[in-house]
Formats: sequence, C-alpha cells, structure tokens
Amino acid sequence: MRAGIVSYGTYIPRFRLSVEEIAKVWGENPDNVKAGLGVYEKSVPDLDEDTATISVEAAREAIERGEINPERIGAIFVGSESHPYVVKPTATIVGDAIGCGNRFHAGDFEFACKAGTAGIQACMGMVKSGMIEFGLAIGADTSQSAPGDPLEYSASAGGAAFVVGKKRVIAEIEETLSFTSDTPDFWRREGQPYPSHGGRFTGIPAYFRHVTSAATQIMEKTGYKPSDFNYAVFHQPNGKFPVRAARILGFTKEQIAQGLVVGYIGNTYSGSSVIGFSAVLDIAKPGDKILLVSFGSGAGSDAFIFNVTDLIENYPRVPAVWDKINSGITVDYGTYLKLRKKIRLKG
Amino acid sequence: MIPRFWRKIKYRYDIVGSVCENCGSKFYPPRNFCPICRRRSKIKEQRFNGRGKVLSYTIVHDTPDEFKLNKPYIVALIELDDGPIITSQVVCNPEEIEVGMRVVKTFRKYFEDGEDGVIYYGTKFVPEKIATNAKNF
Ligand SMILES: [Zn+2]
Repeated sequence: MRAGIVSYGTYIPRFRLSVEEIAKVWGENPDNVKAGLGVYEKSVPDLDEDTATISVEAAREAIERGEINPERIGAIFVGSESHPYVVKPTATIVGDAIGCGNRFHAGDFEFACKAGTAGIQACMGMVKSGMIEFGLAIGADTSQSAPGDPLEYSASAGGAAFVVGKKRVIAEIEETLSFTSDTPDFWRREGQPYPSHGGRFTGIPAYFRHVTSAATQIMEKTGYKPSDFNYAVFHQPNGKFPVRAARILGFTKEQIAQGLVVGYIGNTYSGSSVIGFSAVLDIAKPGDKILLVSFGSGAGSDAFIFNVTDLIENYPRVPAVWDKINSGITVDYGTYLKLRKKIRLKG
Repeated sequence: MIPRFWRKIKYRYDIVGSVCENCGSKFYPPRNFCPICRRRSKIKEQRFNGRGKVLSYTIVHDTPDEFKLNKPYIVALIELDDGPIITSQVVCNPEEIEVGMRVVKTFRKYFEDGEDGVIYYGTKFVPEKIATNAKNF
C-alpha cells in the first residue's frame, strides 16, 4: 500500500466580509473588483481565533472522522504564514490540544501559501520510511492585509488538516514533486505586520510559472494527461489565476469547479489549495484521480497525484466543505477592523 | 501566571476532568479526592466528550479593559452529556443563545498577555446549530 491521506478535516471561521463592504470604504466599484478578482466575499476569524485554534479544530475533525488514536500520530507539521508566535511552534499547541502525548516530531513550516502541502510531503516521507505510523499535516492561516491594499479583498482565514499514513488510506499519493525558485513576488520582513508584494510581478513569473511547471512535470513524469484526471485543484489567490492556470494546462472548467472555493471564502493562504482539495475529497468516488498543485510565494509549487480508494465510501464526510462555506454570516467593515485588531486601543 | 496556567494546559485544552469510580461522581476541574466517598475515593482521570446543554447563562457587558474588544460575551453553566456541570464562555451573538440549547466544545484563545507575552488557549463552547465542525451538523 502506498502512503496517502487517511483522514482530513477543515475549519472555516464563521464571519464573512463582502467585496461590496470593502469597496464602499475605499470608493471603488464592487462590480469591477468582483469581475477582476473572481472573489465575492472572504472569511474573517473571530477575535479569539488564530492559526493555532483553526489548526486544532481542523485536526480534531480529521482525527474524529478517521477514528485515529492520537497517540499513534508521530509527527505534526503546521504550515502557515501567520503562526501566532514567531518563536514557539504552533505544532506544540496542536499536539497538546489533540492529546497525542509527548513522543512526536513537530515543527512549523513557512512557505507562504504552500507550507501546508510541504507538510504533507514531509509526513509522507516519514511514513514511507517507517519512522512514524501516522503524521498530521496542517495548512492554516489568518492572513493579514493592510487596509486599502488590493489584498484586503481576498486575504482570509481557514485551514485543513490531513492524517497521512499507510493504513486505511482513502486517497493514495501516487506521485509528488516540487518546483522551487528564488522569486520575490510577495514577502513580509521580520517585524512587519503586513506583507508587501510585487504587484503585477505576482502573475506570470511567480504563480503561473511555478504552478504550470510543477503540473507539467508531474504529468510528464507519470505519463498522464489532463483528461486522465477527474479533478484538478490549483492554489487560489483569487478566482482568476487558478482558472487561467487550468486553461493553460488544458484542464476544463468542470474539472476545477468543485475545488474552487476562493470566491466565497477568499484566499486562506496555506489553507487555500488544501481546503479546495478537501472539497473534492467530499464528493470523490473510488478510482477518481485528483491533481493538486499548491503555490507559495517566494516561490514554489508542490504537485500531487492522488488516487481515491474504495475506503472513501464508508468514510464520514459530513459536514462537507461547501456546507461550511455556505454557513457564514456577514459582518460590516467596522466589525471587521475590530475582529482583525486593526483598531489600536490606547494604553 | 505562566507556571500556573502551564500546569493546567491538559485540562483547559480539552475537557479532561476526573471521576470517582466508587460512587460515579464526576468532576471538572478534576479533583483527586471525592467529597462523598472521602477515604474510599477511587479517582481516575477522564476526558469528557465536550457536548452538553446550556442550563443558564449571563451576558457580560462590563468587562475589564483587556476584554474591551470582546464585549459583550456570554458565560454559561453547561451540563455535559457525560460529565458534570461546568462554567464556560459560549461563543455566539447574545441573541443566539437560549436555555436548553445544545453546545459543543471549541478550541479558542482565552487571552494574550499583552503584545509580547504568552497567548493562553483553552476550551470554550459554541451552539451546535452554528458549529460547522460538530458531527451532527
Ligand atoms: Zn466518590
């Protein structure tokens, strides 16, 4: 048996902020923004939610659904660009919250929006080598954006957790590879609250080059073509990029529709491609083939080919990711500023 | 502050209490001694399943300065399905809570010790009807 996904869980905070609400404040035309970005609303975390709490909730759902004994989890890797601490790993908080004992490998990964898929690869390697029985890989973020920055329309919060192992696999990993280069498209320097980005430079040399290279190379390596896949999921910084990447590569709209979640929850950064992938697992059938390609600024892409197994049929998949997406409640811009602590209190 | 909280992480991060195997009494926070059985106490640690219902609640409008952003917030007495009655914050809008309502545990931030201090996490509750991660959604 190949290593693969044994169980998965997701968490999307309850609040939503609409493009209209943001555009109103900055004097922009919401229809232009929606047409340009393909984003309609984004998730907003509560005051008492952060990357650690999102990670724990997603992990608990994965553990509960997979009926995993937490003590058999030998590694926890949390990928995020918004770890609550710069020094002190989120993985330690997750470990104690899920009760997996103290005998586990742990670390936080950082690679912009692809740190979660990097964690899946690390767990897969440890599982295949026999170092651990189960590994827990999480991609979660509560991404920040400066008020008035175009990123404000999309930067959101959410996460997904995956138990990786060799037993009871619901989606085996047939192949994975990464495409990495030094590309300064998006960054945040130490001590800075908000990220900076290279504007238009984020497109062709960054997102499209890495995503399409990783996708093309994994298909070349395995001999598959786009029509061999039932579903494809690409990282979703907005609603336009993944659609264009799919078109460039030769995937149809139907292949990417189920996993395209960005329009209604925004860009959840490290959670983005993996929440989309989870939405696909929600409806996948035995024998389905799924292509997943993440992207992290800086820059790199991780590509995966998953084969869904027979075990998915008896695996509990409710509530589905789309149920969670559709159960949000909207907040106004003022509430959003408070929730994201963009209002500085005196003293 | 840090050592006192650190020692209780296990009990705060999840609802880990204790049970007296002699009389069946359940305790949260955990006790090492059963007040009913006294010397015949047989105490064992137990993780409660984190589901229950609201027995009563209060909406807190007057908060210390460090919780100013959080107000109003709700504190409720919750009867756990498999455990004792506990006091906890319930995360929802004040108009969403009612007595008898089903709630489920959620992992949240309690407070931050300023901008450079430790972040304290623990268990709060959320109404089942709005908890997307509850099993019986
Ligand atoms: Zn007793």
